[in-house]
Amino acid sequence: MTLYDFLYYIILPILSISVILIMFRFLKGPSIVDRVIALDLIITTGIGIIAVYSIITNQPTFLDIAMILALIAFLGTVAFSYYLEKRNK
Amino acid sequence: MTEITIGILASFGAIFVLLAAVGLIRMPDTYLRISVTTKAATLGIGLLLVAAAVFFGDMSITTKVLAIILFILLTAPVSAHLIGRASYFSDVKLWKGSVLDDLEGKYDKFSHKLKSDDEKAPEKKTDNIEED
Repeated sequence: MTLYDFLYYIILPILSISVILIMFRFLKGPSIVDRVIALDLIITTGIGIIAVYSIITNQPTFLDIAMILALIAFLGTVAFSYYLEKRNK
Repeated sequence: MTEITIGILASFGAIFVLLAAVGLIRMPDTYLRISVTTKAATLGIGLLLVAAAVFFGDMSITTKVLAIILFILLTAPVSAHLIGRASYFSDVKLWKGSVLDDLEGKYDKFSHKLKSDDEKAPEKKTDNIEED
């Protein structure tokens, strides 16, 4: 089993299953805070999927997009918490 | 040898991300969910990115990966604290099995400022009596 097969048939399915599980919490989540956490974790898992995919396709350029996704995840969480705090005042 | 290292790193990273997802489903409380996602996901994503850095073995890509890991390590606790604070103000209930809430009655509901223990101690006691 080569590294390509291992990443393609084992690691990527594990990450996809975890995205599906987080999506379940995103749809179900009792409060809006749960949805924000689930969204943050989906984007963070997306960074991992991009890292594995850049290994598979041998394209290090994809890591730039991973960095931008990390920035967007942080900004989104900060904006959501700011909005929630202002709304409750 | 390099391929085995990449495989081990990627396996542990994927397992940590999967554990974070399972914890997000199984945990009974919003605050416990915040705790799970912050810790497990940070370690898992860090390991996956280190696997990519080992695979390419280039100085510029390693620097990029280290920058991403450092950014995630710095921002994950900050965003977790912010969202936890917002959820505490929006009256998200603690799990019924929680035994201790240190912040109970210490936050001003309108100005969102934390009262100091020393100067407001008598006032807090009277507040508690009135509530009872």
